[in-house]
Amino acid sequence: MQRPDARGYFGSGFGGKFVPEVLVEAISELERGMDAAFADPAFWSEYHAILRDFVGRPSPIMEASRFTGSDGATLVFKREDLNHTGAHKINNTVGQGLLAKRMGKTRIIAETGAGQHGVATATIGAKLGIPVDVYMGALDVERQSLNVYVMRLLGATVHAVQGGTRTLKDATNEAFREWAARAPDTFYIIGSVVGAHPYPYMVREFQKVIGIEARAQMLERYGRLPTDVVACVGGGSNAMGIFAGFADDPSVRLWGVEASGHGLHAVDTAASLNAGSIGVLHGSRSYLLQTPEGQVRNTHSISAGLDYPGVGPEHAHLKASGRATYVSATDDEALAAFHACAETEGIVPALESAHALSYARTLARERGPDGLVLVNLSGRGDKDTRQVGELEAASGRSATLAGAR
Amino acid sequence: MIETTSGLGRIAAAFARAKRAGRGTLVPYLCAGDPDRGTSAGLLAAAVAGGADIVELGIPYGDPLADGPTIAAAAERALAAGTTVEDAIELAGGVKDAPVVMFTYLNPILQFGLERFAAALARRGIAGAIVPDVPLEESGAIRAAFAPHGLALPQLVAPTTPPERAIAISRASEGFTYLVSRLGVTGAAREPDFAWIASRVAALREASDTPLAIGFGIATAAHVRAACSIADGAIVGSALIDAYAGSSGDAPARVRAFVADLARGTAAA
Repeated sequence: MQRPDARGYFGSGFGGKFVPEVLVEAISELERGMDAAFADPAFWSEYHAILRDFVGRPSPIMEASRFTGSDGATLVFKREDLNHTGAHKINNTVGQGLLAKRMGKTRIIAETGAGQHGVATATIGAKLGIPVDVYMGALDVERQSLNVYVMRLLGATVHAVQGGTRTLKDATNEAFREWAARAPDTFYIIGSVVGAHPYPYMVREFQKVIGIEARAQMLERYGRLPTDVVACVGGGSNAMGIFAGFADDPSVRLWGVEASGHGLHAVDTAASLNAGSIGVLHGSRSYLLQTPEGQVRNTHSISAGLDYPGVGPEHAHLKASGRATYVSATDDEALAAFHACAETEGIVPALESAHALSYARTLARERGPDGLVLVNLSGRGDKDTRQVGELEAASGRSATLAGAR
Repeated sequence: MIETTSGLGRIAAAFARAKRAGRGTLVPYLCAGDPDRGTSAGLLAAAVAGGADIVELGIPYGDPLADGPTIAAAAERALAAGTTVEDAIELAGGVKDAPVVMFTYLNPILQFGLERFAAALARRGIAGAIVPDVPLEESGAIRAAFAPHGLALPQLVAPTTPPERAIAISRASEGFTYLVSRLGVTGAAREPDFAWIASRVAALREASDTPLAIGFGIATAAHVRAACSIADGAIVGSALIDAYAGSSGDAPARVRAFVADLARGTAAA
């Protein structure tokens, strides 16, 4: 998997550095710091030591035969849900946190939607002794009070953002504004493969550990590569992380699963690659859910982590090149997989990951016994149990597998 | 030789006229369609009547990365009133006694079509556009669309811009060079910082004849005076919006009075 060109573009014209002039030097400084760190074996040693001792890597792979049923392909979970803080997010915050320290930055900022990236950032800030300010939409602060408490417990300051739709995109705007005001002493840890170059590339490099581990684990256990790799895509960092391990294996099909909310053609969707069009948001050219006037649309997904109007530019490139295929799962499909995974495998998956599980199960059944499908179980679902419980109580739906099917 | 009827020519003429009068150029910013189209047209006329040499007119955008809370709120009001890119162009085209430069984020004009946007500006006699999320390296496509129409594309220089880069930007900037007084986003809550500009203005002037205008945090006649004593003009946005936002009925009078007060600060030179 290649590095973007000097201007930050992946192959087919996606990416770039669309930031106000006040941030141009900040992203240049970041790129210089990243290049120096990436070329330094000592940096990677420290990163891998923290991933081993603090995060608990390598995360295992696990065969999920009850989830697929008996006649389908072999379905394998990559267990990112077992990481410290419960998701893949920590791989990235460890890397960027170490880079912040190396660059002599004395303060870290981050945006967060549901709070997962905020928690992962607050965690590494506490571990490295760097103060953290987290920007979170005021609506999300209300909806995710538990994660707000956890961030504060970890010593971070949480700022409720009142502008716009008071959700993730507005939190991201505010983090960029804060960075513009404090760039000389502040490091901005972006939570996904989005933003201006070098962020999409840098975050992918920090998440690549998922794919590198998984490829070796598959070869060791099965003696062959998977036929398919499946991951959910919001901004797209867990997907880029696992795809990166298999991008140079042409026999392996890569599948990104977007959240289509109430459906691809509904107003309430978050499937940027499937239902959006090309535009510029948060520093890069990619796909975007927008109005004909170029205003960013309100999005909807049951999963807060996928509820984002944009998507990483490298995914736009993989779509254009045909290397990866982007499909979608609705709220209801994700909920069904959420229940099924809990009841058949004893794992409550994150709602984000449940989108990938839903499609992976369909694919495993299509592939038949010769298939070997690897799906990134990117996070655990403890954070979602209250929301799902309340939703189902309100709609009168049962919390059992039979009810969900 | 710049044609005097082109956008570039009209901006150059506005700076030259102020200079001949021994003063700086005043550039008030308003947000198109705030709080509604009718009022917005009245505010534009009031700003010109109050003494605007050039008007900067914002196309409302819901995700304004370079703007503080005042301009973001103005954009939200304008969008709630249904303001479109076309509406903003119409409003700008209605201003006859001063050149208008649009201020727009990239995505709305990308969807409108850059060539179509450039043609519409030229047709309506609008002088150009500032696109704050397009730094020099990404400006090629807009530059290509604007050049055939003689439209201005002022580029920004920030306190964090390294000296050689600032010179490259001022050479590439068309119409005027927009000097960002301080770090952060637009807004009157934080004071401008003129010291860094004073220390670098000589190098910028040596590199290019393009006029220099200072914006971000310029909120009072005293700020305008300070800006015009080291550069060629001052841009005032958030403070002007604060002057009328929330007022009922007398918003045009407030805008006219506030701009007239700011204009007194231009006489420093």
